[in-house]
Amino acid sequence: MSLLELDGVKVHFPIKKGIFVDRTVGHVYAVDGVSLKVEAGETYGLVGESGCGKTTLGRSVLRLVDITEGSVVLDGTDLAKLPGEEMRRFRRRLQMVFQDPLGSLNPRQNIESILSEGMIAHGIGKDQEERREKIKSILDKVGLPSNALSRYPHEFSGGQRQRIGIARALVLEPDVIICDEPVSALDVSVQAQVINLLDELQEELGLTYLVIAHDLAVVRHISDTIGVMYLGSLVEEAPSDALYAEPKHPYTKALMSAVPVPDPEVEDRRERILLTGDLPSPANPPSGCRFHTRCPWAQAERCATERPQLRDLGDGHRVACHFAEEIASGELALTRPTGIEAVTEGEGAVVEQTEDEAKVPAVLLPADSTTKPDATAVKEKVPSAAEAPGDRTAGAVAKDLDAAGPDASDSDKEQDKTG
Amino acid sequence: MSVATKTDKIQRLAELTAGSETSTGASLWREALGRLKTSKMAIIGAVIIAAFVVVAIVGPFLAPHSPSAQIWRGEVFPNKGEFVGARGENWFGLDHLGRDLFSRMLVGARQTLLVGIVATLIGLVAGFVIGIVSGAAATLGGETGQRVDSVIMRFIDMMLALPSLLLAVSIAAVMGQSLTTVMIAVGVVQVPVFARLLRGAMLVQGGADYVLAAQSLGVRKRRIVLSQILPNSLSPVIVQATLSLATAIIEAAALSYLGLGNPDPAIPEWGVMLAQAQRFFSYAPMMGVYPAVGIIITALGFTLLGEAMREALDPKLKG
Amino acid sequence: MSLLTVDELTITFGGRGRKESRAVDGVSFEVDQGQVVGLVGESGCGKSVTSLALMGLLPSKGVTIGGRAEFDGTDLFTMSPSARRDLRGSEMAMIFQDPLSSLNPVVPIGVQVTEILERHRGLKGEAARKEAAHLLDRVGIPDPTRRLKEYPHQLSGGMRQRALIAMAVACAPRMLIADEPTTALDVTIQAQILELLKELVDQEGTALLMITHDLGVVAGLCDQVNVLYAGKTVESAGRRELFGHPTHPYAHGLLGSIPRLDAPRGEPLTPIRGSINDRIAWADGCAFAPRCDRYEMGCLTGTPQLTEPRAAGHQVRCVNPVLDDAKAEEVTA
Repeated sequence: MSLLELDGVKVHFPIKKGIFVDRTVGHVYAVDGVSLKVEAGETYGLVGESGCGKTTLGRSVLRLVDITEGSVVLDGTDLAKLPGEEMRRFRRRLQMVFQDPLGSLNPRQNIESILSEGMIAHGIGKDQEERREKIKSILDKVGLPSNALSRYPHEFSGGQRQRIGIARALVLEPDVIICDEPVSALDVSVQAQVINLLDELQEELGLTYLVIAHDLAVVRHISDTIGVMYLGSLVEEAPSDALYAEPKHPYTKALMSAVPVPDPEVEDRRERILLTGDLPSPANPPSGCRFHTRCPWAQAERCATERPQLRDLGDGHRVACHFAEEIASGELALTRPTGIEAVTEGEGAVVEQTEDEAKVPAVLLPADSTTKPDATAVKEKVPSAAEAPGDRTAGAVAKDLDAAGPDASDSDKEQDKTG
Repeated sequence: MSVATKTDKIQRLAELTAGSETSTGASLWREALGRLKTSKMAIIGAVIIAAFVVVAIVGPFLAPHSPSAQIWRGEVFPNKGEFVGARGENWFGLDHLGRDLFSRMLVGARQTLLVGIVATLIGLVAGFVIGIVSGAAATLGGETGQRVDSVIMRFIDMMLALPSLLLAVSIAAVMGQSLTTVMIAVGVVQVPVFARLLRGAMLVQGGADYVLAAQSLGVRKRRIVLSQILPNSLSPVIVQATLSLATAIIEAAALSYLGLGNPDPAIPEWGVMLAQAQRFFSYAPMMGVYPAVGIIITALGFTLLGEAMREALDPKLKG
Repeated sequence: MSLLTVDELTITFGGRGRKESRAVDGVSFEVDQGQVVGLVGESGCGKSVTSLALMGLLPSKGVTIGGRAEFDGTDLFTMSPSARRDLRGSEMAMIFQDPLSSLNPVVPIGVQVTEILERHRGLKGEAARKEAAHLLDRVGIPDPTRRLKEYPHQLSGGMRQRALIAMAVACAPRMLIADEPTTALDVTIQAQILELLKELVDQEGTALLMITHDLGVVAGLCDQVNVLYAGKTVESAGRRELFGHPTHPYAHGLLGSIPRLDAPRGEPLTPIRGSINDRIAWADGCAFAPRCDRYEMGCLTGTPQLTEPRAAGHQVRCVNPVLDDAKAEEVTA
């Protein structure tokens, strides 16, 4: 049995209007039926773009937002049904690390006071002296000097603040730590420090993480299992390496191809699936498959009417797509232009290319016959071997990006709040 | 690399970085106080207020004459239609009843300060209680709390909708003419201001991540309100309280001017003095100028200090 | 002769009693027609301030600008304010990070675009409207005539950034400065916007100065890359050269500390220790030394100069650069 199990979790926020009596005029379907399992000692990565509901899902696990439907079971206890005071005491076992390290620390409390808060709430340590000892040992674990105790959050750098946030979660010795964008607010050079710290702590203390992030590279680096969210539901879930080696859902494919890689060699040769349009509003999600309005492989019939469920395609690779197999085998033709840019390297680079093919997974490689079914959407480029780095002729298709229609581009403002 | 050069370079690096250690362990309150101390506006304001408070405390003992004593020297008013201006021992001259204006100003300062402080305290305390209940209910009370909050706020809106002077006049009309009436009237007018301000600040802070963090730590709601949300919501209230002292003094003066102030001639108050001077403004303008200037300078002192505090507490405003 | 030549640019804040702080400390670079030049660095490295100075958008009080910046042969910093205003928008344009706050929230998109056309290109009425619709179409906004009537809040983040780009290219500027144009956007939208920028550079021959912290964006877009640290260029090279052989310990460390999508899982990252606050003054030595594993006594005596220890045109400001390729290869592999 898994340590943390989510089953059919739904979080719907009512949209209210009215002067004296609030009437509910609709719902924002922030999280709309998510089921997943997190194994003890593992890291589950939840990835998705803003407005996909990943943050809301993370908060719902801690009951910081009300769960509309479904269950969150931690070690046999269904949190969704726990009454207030019991839930409060249960929070000791579930902790959270927040995105904004400064905003999540009370500016008027010093570090000792911030770190004591949780212990006082749960009656850990009989006096401040005992608590201070514990805090000192935790500070040491997260790599902060013990003279930090009497200082205030604004006196630390971003990376140090995030260490404080991690220490705050650790003092309660939780079973599961939910990390909501733990590094995205930090400078690039500091991100690695925090990622490594999370890794080390997991190894040392056997922690279980639920990591929520928009950065696929970060999630892939630290997760054992990755779930990809789109508009309130999981579209794909797989072991980290399997997902990366062969993304099966069209959205995952697009997401992965859009993540920039800090290497010109890869950047120049990779295939890019440019999605059309923007994220639809979660207050008015599309019928059928949530992704069909932007999917390059969307089929006329089934995709718009029937909502695909996650199905296991073997080895724990779950996908919510009716046509995952057909897309993978190349049977299905593209139904809308994607701006796929296929680049065939010049002769001079051929050797290098074949070498790389073993390492670089399909999505990063030049389109081959299976992923290049629609000739009109594919632009071929055959540069000479002596091509200057800056010489590019690609991208003419980008103009058609949003040709999918204006309706797909609803404002995503309110999603920023829920996401 | 030899050990010697290794320690050399570490030492050199330590020397070069030594100066950049900036952390002092100062809380935000201490930092704000530090900024306040260097602000010219705050210093001027504080000096004015200090002078005013000193006068209010020791003034009655220093006054050369009793504020109610008529010290005519043969002049009779208003028959002659002449006022006694500044002269020898009567620095500010005499008023229409022959009382020493300087003494009355000194004694009156205490009443003015009292009105300002008590009225502000009434507004602050009542507003604070309403605000904290409303703010706590709105941030952490769930749906019931939000309903409680909206009922309280509609009530506060109704109070705000009444013109403040009208409200004060009607309170005074019920309670009769006295200094207490003025203080209560001015204080009540301030209640919705403080309540709304505190609630608003608490709502903003209630949405902050650190409140969410405290919730996820399992901190009890009462403690979240008192030790997390409230301390961070106080700045605007502190500023408003300082500024309110100024408006309270002016409003009290206005009520006194309208004839709602203390009628006791033995206890002068600057607002009442201003009201009495009105009738004789064309003959003896100075009789009105002294209390008016007194009110303006005092109000200015509180306003300057309040503005300086606002900047010190929220350095971002300075840009 | 380059379109934009920046020579020893220094920008100092404060003064007059307040403590001075030097945000940019002698930065030089050139941007050619049809070229994409990247200024890369973390917060506080001076990259955004540089872009604002070039556009003339820094406040005149409390800021001292030194050095030269020549645009097409004329010095930007000695130009009259009105000439500068004319240049801005017509010849040089800027794209900001946050599209919502850079657009006027109470004016429809169409009016904001036609305003620019009227001011700089003298178009009037229907002609201006037509051109505005054409511009929106050009940057990939569907149904442009309808969009012209909409307000910024009615557009999504990606659409807003497109609208902003449309306004920037309204007068076919020869130079575009993009300050973190995709940082506020989701990664799939970022890919769209980057594609659009590439296309503009390729088709119109616009020069693009790209300011970003994202090395991935740089790797795919920039021809020439300048890595900034604490107000100084620490490494400057062509894109392939820089990513293939990062030579300054900072650039080298940055590349080693970024989790890469295509790196095998479980490989620990090699972070750079400390934070940007751990620095020494450039006058005393290398500002990066306190965070550097390779610092020597020589790094702590005076400002290190830009040299070319590896290849011509690959400038590095380091006394003890990373020259052993085995390690560099390992990072890029």
